[in-house]
Amino acid sequence: MKAFLILEDGTVFTGKSIGSGKDAVSEIVFNTSMTGYLEILTDPSYAGQSVVMTYPLIGNYGITPDRESRKIWARGLIVKELSRTPSNFRCEGTIQALLEKEEVAGIEGIDTRTLTKILREKGTMNGLITTDEHYDLQQILPMLKKYTIGDVVMETTCQEVYRLEGDGPRVALLDLGAKDNIAGSLNRRGCQVTVYPADTSAERILGTHPDGIMLSNGPGDPSSCTAIIQEIKKLYASDVPIFAICLGHQLMALANGASTCRLKYGHRGGNHPVKDSGSGRVYISSQNHGYAVERKSMDPSIAKEAFVNVNDGTNEGFVYMGKKIFTVQFHPEASPGPQDLAWLFDRFLDMMKGVEECPEMKRSKKYW
Amino acid sequence: MPRNEAIQKVLVIGSGPIVIGQAAEFDYAGTQACRSLKEEGIEVVLLNSNPATIMTDQNIADHVYIEPLTAETVKQLILKEHPDSILPTLGGQAALNLAMELEEDGFLCEHQVKLIGTTSETIKKAEDRLAFKTAMEKIGEPCAASLVVESIEEGMEFAESIGYPVVLRPAYTLGGSGGGIAHDREALIRILENGLRLSRTHQVLVERCIAGWKEIEYEVMRDSNGSCITVCNMENIDPVGVHTGDSIVVAPSQTLGDKEYQMLRTSAFRIIHELNITGGCNVQYALNPDSFEYCVIEVNPRVSRSSALASKATGYPIAKVAARIALGYTLDEIRNAVTQKTYASFEPVLDYCVVKIPRLPFDKFIRAKHTLTTQMKATGEVMSICDNFEGALMKAIRSLEQHVDSLMSFDYTQFSKEALLDGLALVDDRRIWKIAEALRRGISCERIHEITKIDPWFIDKLARLVEMEQTLKRAPLTQELLAEAKRMEFPDRVIAGLTGRTEVQIRSLREKYGIRAVYRMVDTCAAEFEARTPYYYSVFGGENEVQKTEGRKKVLILGSGPIRIGQGIEFDFCSVHCTWAFKKEGYETIIVNNNPETVSTDFDIADKLYFEPLTPEDVEHVVAVEKPDGAVVQFGGQTAIKLAEALGKMGVPVLGTAPEDVDAAEDRELFDKILETCKIPRPKGKTVYTAEEARKAAHSLGYPVLVRPSYVLGGQGMQIAVNDHDVDVFMGIINQITQDHPILVDKYLQGKEVEVDAVCDGEDILIPGIMEHIERAGIHSGDSVSVYPARSLSEKTKETIVDYTGKLARSLHVIGLINIQFIVCGEEVYVIEVNPRSSRTVPYISKVTGVPIVTLAVQAITGKKLRDLGYAPGLFPESDCFAVKMPVFSFEKIRGADVSLGPEMKSTGECLGISGRFEEALYKAFLGAGIRLPKYKNMIISVREEDKKEAVEIGRRFERLGYQIYATKGTHEAMKAAGVKTVQVNRLGQESPTLLDLILGHEIDLVIDTPHQGSEHTGDGFIIRRNAIETGVNVLTAIDTAAALATSLENTDAGQLTLVDIAGKVPFSGSQEGFERKEKKQKENMV
Repeated sequence: MKAFLILEDGTVFTGKSIGSGKDAVSEIVFNTSMTGYLEILTDPSYAGQSVVMTYPLIGNYGITPDRESRKIWARGLIVKELSRTPSNFRCEGTIQALLEKEEVAGIEGIDTRTLTKILREKGTMNGLITTDEHYDLQQILPMLKKYTIGDVVMETTCQEVYRLEGDGPRVALLDLGAKDNIAGSLNRRGCQVTVYPADTSAERILGTHPDGIMLSNGPGDPSSCTAIIQEIKKLYASDVPIFAICLGHQLMALANGASTCRLKYGHRGGNHPVKDSGSGRVYISSQNHGYAVERKSMDPSIAKEAFVNVNDGTNEGFVYMGKKIFTVQFHPEASPGPQDLAWLFDRFLDMMKGVEECPEMKRSKKYW
Repeated sequence: MPRNEAIQKVLVIGSGPIVIGQAAEFDYAGTQACRSLKEEGIEVVLLNSNPATIMTDQNIADHVYIEPLTAETVKQLILKEHPDSILPTLGGQAALNLAMELEEDGFLCEHQVKLIGTTSETIKKAEDRLAFKTAMEKIGEPCAASLVVESIEEGMEFAESIGYPVVLRPAYTLGGSGGGIAHDREALIRILENGLRLSRTHQVLVERCIAGWKEIEYEVMRDSNGSCITVCNMENIDPVGVHTGDSIVVAPSQTLGDKEYQMLRTSAFRIIHELNITGGCNVQYALNPDSFEYCVIEVNPRVSRSSALASKATGYPIAKVAARIALGYTLDEIRNAVTQKTYASFEPVLDYCVVKIPRLPFDKFIRAKHTLTTQMKATGEVMSICDNFEGALMKAIRSLEQHVDSLMSFDYTQFSKEALLDGLALVDDRRIWKIAEALRRGISCERIHEITKIDPWFIDKLARLVEMEQTLKRAPLTQELLAEAKRMEFPDRVIAGLTGRTEVQIRSLREKYGIRAVYRMVDTCAAEFEARTPYYYSVFGGENEVQKTEGRKKVLILGSGPIRIGQGIEFDFCSVHCTWAFKKEGYETIIVNNNPETVSTDFDIADKLYFEPLTPEDVEHVVAVEKPDGAVVQFGGQTAIKLAEALGKMGVPVLGTAPEDVDAAEDRELFDKILETCKIPRPKGKTVYTAEEARKAAHSLGYPVLVRPSYVLGGQGMQIAVNDHDVDVFMGIINQITQDHPILVDKYLQGKEVEVDAVCDGEDILIPGIMEHIERAGIHSGDSVSVYPARSLSEKTKETIVDYTGKLARSLHVIGLINIQFIVCGEEVYVIEVNPRSSRTVPYISKVTGVPIVTLAVQAITGKKLRDLGYAPGLFPESDCFAVKMPVFSFEKIRGADVSLGPEMKSTGECLGISGRFEEALYKAFLGAGIRLPKYKNMIISVREEDKKEAVEIGRRFERLGYQIYATKGTHEAMKAAGVKTVQVNRLGQESPTLLDLILGHEIDLVIDTPHQGSEHTGDGFIIRRNAIETGVNVLTAIDTAAALATSLENTDAGQLTLVDIAGKVPFSGSQEGFERKEKKQKENMV
C-alpha cells in the first residue's frame, strides 16, 4: 500500500506503508544509530514523535527481546528499506508485524538522506504519515502546524510502584518515561530498585529512606513539567544521593533556577562525543534529546559543568556543589548505543555507599 | 594535550615492495601520515624500498631514502640522519617488525630514538601470541582455546587434546603467510613445519577452529588521554576460515543487533586500553551466530588494510589522525576534515552500505588452487558504495574487471545439483556465483546457509538479485521495474541481455523515464551536519548532491582500478601526479576510481572524487553530471585506456594522444605500416585467430615463437612456444575468453631487452633515461631486473634508440607519455612493444632522474612545449648513480603457482637499489627484494641443457664465495668437468636423500633452477621450485639473475652501505653540485 509523509512545510515524500496504515501526526525526528531500532521505538522519550532512521537498511535482525519499555512509543517509523528476511539467533519476528500489532504507522522507500537534510536545515518539524492518496494539503498543513507533543510524561510513566529486588543499595527511581535499562543497569549492579510513577510526591519517596534516587529520562518539553520540578526541588534539598539522566537532568537544572532551550534538530544517535571536564577524556555517548540546559543559565555556585558536547558545545552534565548529586544529558544506560559511560552507574553506587565523600567528578579511569 | 615539542625529526618507515598481504594501502597511509607531519612542521625522513609509491616523492618528505628495509639500513640511517623518533605504525607489518628488531637489540635506546605512535611493549603484547593471550585472559576477553608451540610434537599433542580441525597461525608473518586449517594429523605436520620456519620467532599458534562463525572487525582510534572511538565496524560475508583480505566485506555490519554490536565494540575498547595503544588499531572477532559467545581473533596495533578500507568507507582519515596522535594531540584537538565543524573525537555513521571484494590473481596463475583459506591471496581489492546492499554488491562485482558484471557471469548451468552442492562447500573466489545458481535451481536459503554458513540475510540479498534477473526475463519492462533494477545497480547491458533488447534501447528507455544516477556525499555523519567533502557515490533515485561547478576547465581522470599483477600501484602514482599537474595548470580535476587502498581515492587529491566502477556506463553517468571538457586515459593503465572509445561516443575528448593512435600501436597491420615508414625493424610476426593459423604462423617464422593476445597489460596470456603442442595449449587458454582482437604470433628473439619512457609534446621528445634488463628477452619486463642507466649499450645503439623513439612518438602523434621496449642483438635494435601511455617504470625513472615525467606529460597535453619548460629534446643527461629495479614476487602465498619466469608477468611489486656503484645498487636491490644471503652457505643448482655452460661459471663464482653447491646428475657432471666442486644429489623419485629432502631439511639458502621453455609444468623442477618457495628458500629461475646475484655478492660489503637521499640532495639533480652539472649539460644540449 502506498503511504505518504507530509511535512508541515508542505514537502511530501511517497513510500510504501509498513505499519498500521492509520494516520499518524507527530513531530518528525531523525536518529543516526545504525543498530538499535527496536530500543529506539520502545524508548518512551519518543512519545509523540516519529523516527527517521538515517541508516538505510533497517530491520536486518528483526525483533529481538531488547525492548526498553512495555510498548512502542514512537508514533511512526520512517525508513529507506525494511529488511524482507531478518536474521538473528534471537529474532522473534519482523518489525512490520510488530508495527501492525501495536498500531504504529510506518513508511519505507523514503529518501531518508534528503529528509534528514531538510530537518537539519529547517529544524525539527511536524508531519503526517498517511495512506490516504487523496490527502488535502490545505487541510493538513494548518493541523500539522498546530500539533504539539504536550505533557506526555504522565502517559509514559508506570501506573503503579514496582520493585526489582537486589541485595545492594536501595534506589528509588522516579519514572519520567524511563527506559528499562536504567533500572536494569542499577539492578545488575545489585541495587534494589523501586520504580515510582512520575507524579509521586517527594515526601513519599524520601519517607522510604532510599540510599539513592534516580531520575530517569522522559519525553516532551522539560519546562512543561512544573509539578514534577517542585517535587525535585524537595529531593534536592534532602541529602540523599541523586543521579539523573536526560529529562531528569533537565528537571534538576530547572529546579535550580537554570533554563532549557529547544535544539534546532536535537541529538539523536549513538555517536555523540562528550568531554569529561574532570579528566579531559572524550567518551562516545548515546543521545536522545530535543532540549538542552542552557550552559550559562546555571549558577556556577550551585553546579559545575561536568560534561560538554564536543560537537556543538552544549551542556551534557552537572555536578552539584556541596551535594551528592550528578546529572547527565546523555544516556549512560545505552541500549541502544555505546556503553562507554556505563561507569557512571558505578560512580552512583560508590556515592550511595559513601565511598566518595566529595562529589567532584573523579578521574573516570578508575571505572574502566 | 598539545603536541609534544620534543618531536622534531621523525623517521617514517614504509612497507616496502607490494606483496600479497601488504599492498598499496600503506602508501596511502604513509603518504597521509607524512603530509600530516610536515603540516606540523616536523622534519620527515622517509625510508621505503618501493619506488612506485607516492610516499617516496620528493615533496612528501624532507629526506627520502629508497633503500632496503633491513635493520642494518635503519641503523645506518639513524646514524646518518639522527631522527629523534621513529613512526613505525603506518608501514604495515614490515615497518613494525623492523622497529621491534631495533628496539629489542637496544639500538634505539642507545641512540635515544623513541618509537612514537605505539610503544614497543604494546607492539609486543599485541603481536606475540603468548603475551597477547595472557593480556586477554587478564581482562577476561575470550580467545579461542590455543597454544603457542615451537615444535611439531607440541603442536600435535595440543591439537589432539582440543580436537581437529585446528587453525595454525605463525607469529610475525604478514597476510597469514604459512598459516592454514588442519583437519588431521598429516595436514597439521605439513602446515606446522612450514609455519615454524616462516615465523621470525619460530612460533606457531595452534587454535580451536571456529570456522563458520561470523567474522567481524572494528577499527578503533585511541589517544594518549584514553579517549576512544570506533571508526567503523565491518562484517565479512564469508565466515571465519577465509582471511579477511580474501573475504567479501560489508560495512557497517548488517546482521548484528545493537547488543552484539555494542558488546564487541566495548570489548575492542577494553582491549585497546589494556594494550595501551595510541593511534589506530584493528580488532578482529569471531562471533558465534547462535549466541553471544565471541572470540578475539587478532589485534593489529597499527594502521592496516582494514583501516584503509574503513577510512574510505567512512571518510574518516585514520592515518592522518593516527600521525597527529603520535605527536601527542588528543582526538578532541583534531578537526574532522570532512565537516570542518566537528572533531576527530566522534564516531562516523554511515547512511549507505559499503562492499569490498578482493581481486584474486587466479587469472594470472591459472594452475593455482582457487581455494580461499586463512592465508591471504588477493593482490588488491575494489570497494563500492550504494544505499542498498544489492546495489553495492553489483557495483563492486563490475569494478573487478574480471569479465564479470552480474551474478550470471560464471555459468554453472551444466553442473548437476550434486556437483553444485559440492561446489558450494568449496570456499573459493566464485562462491557467490555458485550460490546464485543454486538459488536459480530452487535450492533453499536454509540449505545454502547450512553448507556455506553465510548468514541467511546475505543469501536472501543474493536471492533478491536472482529474482530480479528472473523478473526481467519474464515481466514487461515497466518504468517501475526498470527503476527497481537500476536501484539494484543492474548495468544496462545486463538488463538488455535479460530483456532481449540492446544496451542502447535500455539507455533511451531510462532517459525517457528519467531514471538516472544521482550522486550522494560521503560525509561521515549521515547528513546530521553540513559537510563539504567532494567525495561522491551514485545511487538511482533521489536528490543529486553534487554542486555544479563552472569557470575552470574541467578534466576527468580515470583511475586504474584494483591492484593486480601487471597493473599495480605505479598507475596510481601516475594518476595522482597527473591530477596534481592538472590542478597546477588551473584545471578542475575529477577522479573516478574504485580502489580503497590508494592515494588517488583520498578525497583531498582531486577537486572531486567519484568512487565508482570504471565501466563505460558508470563513467557516462559521471560525465552526464560533470560535463568535463576532456578526459585523460593515459595514466590509468589498461583500465583507463579501455574506456577511451566509450568516452569518444559520449562526446568527451580524450586529451593527449588520440585513441586512434593508441589503437595503431596495438593493431598489427597499422603498426607494421608505421614501422615500415620509419624503417624500424621488429621481430617478424603474424596475426591469427585460431590454433591452426597459429601453428602455421609458427612454422613459417620458426620456433621459438611468442604467442599473446593484443590489448593486454603485464603480458597476460603471453607465452613462449617451442612446439605445436605449446601453441595449441596457449591458444586454448587465450581463447577461453572471447577475443575482440586478433592474437599475435611473433618470432622470439633472444637479445638484450631495453626499455624507455618518453614524453612527447607533438614535436620534441624527452627521454629521461634508458633502462636495460639484466635478463635476456623472454622474461616479462615487469619481472626483469632493470638497470638505469643502461650499462652495456654503445653510444650508437643509444642514438638509434633515441632516434626510433622520436620517430615512433611522432608517427603515433603522441602527446604525453610513450613507453617502448626494444631488443638489442649486437648493434641491431628491434622494437617489440610500443605503449603510447604511462608505464610501470614511470615512477622509478622520474625519481632517479629527477625528471617529473608525469607533470611534463600533463603540460604537453595542455599544449606546452618541452623546450619552453626548460628541457632539451632527446636523452636527458645520465645520472652518476645507478638504480636497479628488482621485481618482488608473492609466490609463497599462491599454492600451485609456477614460480618460473616467462613472458607473462608474475611479480606483485618491486624495490629499488640506488648507489654510485653498480654492484652496490644491485646488492641493495636483491636485499630489498628479501634475498638475504648467506645463512647456511648451501645452494642447489639444477639447470636445463642450454644453460649448463653459463651455470658452470656461476657455480664457480659461488664456490669462491664459499658456497657448498648441490647439483643433480647432469649439472653435477658439467660442473665437475669444469673443475667446480659440487655434491651430487638424487632427483625426485630416486633414493633419499633427494633434492627435495635437502630443501625440506631447511638448510638451503638458494635454488637456481632454470626450467625448460614451453608448456611443461608438472615436472620435477616445478615441485622443487614450489617446495623451495613454500619453505622460504630463495629461488632464481633465470640464469642472468643468478649471475647478477653473484656479482652483487662479490663486490659488496653488507655492513657498509652508502645511503642516498633522493629528495633533491646528493647525487641527483637537486644537489648543488649535481644540479649545476646537470644544468650545464642541459644548456649544452639546448644549444
